[in-house]
Amino acid sequence: MSRLRASLTPYLLLFPGTLWLAIFFVIPTVVMLSLSLQSGDVVNGYAFTFNWHSYVDGISTYHDQIIRSLVYGLFSTLIQIVIGFPVAYWIAFKGGSRKSVYLFLLLLPFLVSFVLRTISWQFFLSDNGMLLGPLKSMGLVPQDFHILATSAAVIGGLAYNFLPFMILPMYVALERIDPRVLEAAQDLYASKVQTFLRVVLPLSLPGVFAGVLMTFVPATSDYVNASVLGGTSNTMIGNVIQNQFLINQDYPTASALSFTLMALLLVGIFAYARALGTEDVLEVAAR
Amino acid sequence: MNDPYRQDPALLRGMTQRRLGRRDAFRLAGLSAAGLALAACGVQGKGAARPSSSAQAQSEVEKYWSGKTKNGHVDFANWPLYMDPKQPELKQFTQQTGITVTYKEVIQDNPSWFAKIQPQLAAGQSIDYDLMVVTNGLHFTQLVQLGYLVPLDHAKLPNFTANAGERYKNESFDPGNVYSIPWASGMTGIAYNPKYVDTPPTSMADLWNPKYKGKVGMMSDSQEIANFGLFALGIDPDTSTEADWQKAAAKLQEQRDAGIVRKYYDQAYIDPLAKGDIWLTMAWSGDVFQKNVSDGTDLKFVIPQEGATIWTDNMMIPKTATNPVDAIMLMDFFYDVNVAGHLAEYINYVTPVPAAKDVIAADAAKATGADKKLLEQVSTSSLVFPSAEDYAKLRSYKNFKTPQEQKKFESIFQAITTA
Repeated sequence: MSRLRASLTPYLLLFPGTLWLAIFFVIPTVVMLSLSLQSGDVVNGYAFTFNWHSYVDGISTYHDQIIRSLVYGLFSTLIQIVIGFPVAYWIAFKGGSRKSVYLFLLLLPFLVSFVLRTISWQFFLSDNGMLLGPLKSMGLVPQDFHILATSAAVIGGLAYNFLPFMILPMYVALERIDPRVLEAAQDLYASKVQTFLRVVLPLSLPGVFAGVLMTFVPATSDYVNASVLGGTSNTMIGNVIQNQFLINQDYPTASALSFTLMALLLVGIFAYARALGTEDVLEVAAR
Repeated sequence: MNDPYRQDPALLRGMTQRRLGRRDAFRLAGLSAAGLALAACGVQGKGAARPSSSAQAQSEVEKYWSGKTKNGHVDFANWPLYMDPKQPELKQFTQQTGITVTYKEVIQDNPSWFAKIQPQLAAGQSIDYDLMVVTNGLHFTQLVQLGYLVPLDHAKLPNFTANAGERYKNESFDPGNVYSIPWASGMTGIAYNPKYVDTPPTSMADLWNPKYKGKVGMMSDSQEIANFGLFALGIDPDTSTEADWQKAAAKLQEQRDAGIVRKYYDQAYIDPLAKGDIWLTMAWSGDVFQKNVSDGTDLKFVIPQEGATIWTDNMMIPKTATNPVDAIMLMDFFYDVNVAGHLAEYINYVTPVPAAKDVIAADAAKATGADKKLLEQVSTSSLVFPSAEDYAKLRSYKNFKTPQEQKKFESIFQAITTA
């Protein structure tokens, strides 16, 4: 009896999570896959016809937006690594007893809604706003200079919004580094730079990897930043998908584009994992 | 005559049958269980024919309304800024009839509202609202085509019959008000910020003026922006053809390529206009007035000489409403001349009740100071009571005969707004 219970335990523990994923991930994904292969319109209904043209048409019409999204996602991720790594490093090694305070401060903006934070950036960066208004009146920037409605604004917004997701996993990885390893490096006459490059950096890579995973994917598929901070030539694929779903009610094209994006991101992530030499993506991400 | 609802029955039958046929073929071919599972996810849709004769319409009305009684409550879904937040009109209604009203400003735009209620209406479930306000256009047409709206019993609409302006009783999108009566109308014209624009814009050409490079706002909605492209070329949207759309799209593309357009806005153009991020923009008439009143800005609105778009937001009852009798009573209540006048004083959109003008003028005579000036402005405003010449310049959205036509239209203009 107790042996039976013991062998059932793992399944029982898994049950809530599995059920959750089955209902809220597997079923919607299957429905969306089905939708992407349907044809019709909202008045007459959609029927399953193996209509893979939605993929062909979607990609040929919107490849610019797909590429733009990947580029924006990539740049924002790079910016986050450059900004986030020193922050994570500082909190992990120099934070002392106030570590949790710093982490809390890092998460503080998250108490405000994502959209609201982006809109406040729009206020801050507007052509005659808090930043550019004084600069323009001092004559430091030309009158027709603007930040909003440029690629830089959208990439900056993405980097800002997802930054904590980059810092936290990096912090976790850095925090776990045993100080004795660093002492050992010094005992072996490694300089500070050498210690960093040959000990700290390699040990922090799983954290960077997890950070990239958690920021590149949502940044690439985001549509809020492009619609609030962007202009005419900053439309991302997320905006197109939203448009196809909600405005055109063209569910097949929207679903096909979503799947295309999902496939591209998965391929990208596995290629990236290979390049980093970590074969087991999921294990690394879970650390 | 353009009748968007009268679809060619042969075409409709042809489309549905071919699709059914294909589905059957898959079944016969014995597709894998996975394939069938995927196929089972099809989205239901069902076209409903508009009644073809008045007798048939009358019998539909009788069929629906017979046995329905007053329940003492209405759930009303409307757009933001479409009523004084203190809701004096609704309080008066409750006082007069004993019917309580739950008023929610839940409709932000037509597409997402449609996307939200469509699955429930398709399943025959209540959407928790008995009365809603939807703009004429694609989604209104779809609500009618799908048979989601209650045919109105005009015997229950005495105020509407007596007080509605003639043009609001015979709108091309719902002739004879079978399913809807107007809440308010508005214009899409050009708004500008006089702080940055010295010479007031008078024509569409001003939106193409290289002087305003990077400072012009356009709307992302296909129908809105298409109309401006068509007006700029002197084409009436209602009679426009696919060739006209291509020409208008080329004109709009030219504006985009020249870097004149700052952004294609969904509806958040008014703050950037007030802040100076954009200097002139496509805009809805009432927005400009309300912004001026609430924030003390001095934005201006003009109807360009080539023409502008007039649209109508309409009250309607969804088929699954639980309190239709209370809802239709409330609809009619807003056609009381006094109620219509007070509503227009606040929202500043075109009221479908012309006699409301006298009510506002009378209120202005009684009022003093700033209120008096404001009310006088409203009662003489061409944005609330357009003159005959104004109306002559105003055009509606294009009505589509088939979903294919609509899809074509969308793809032509979205190639510009979402590139």
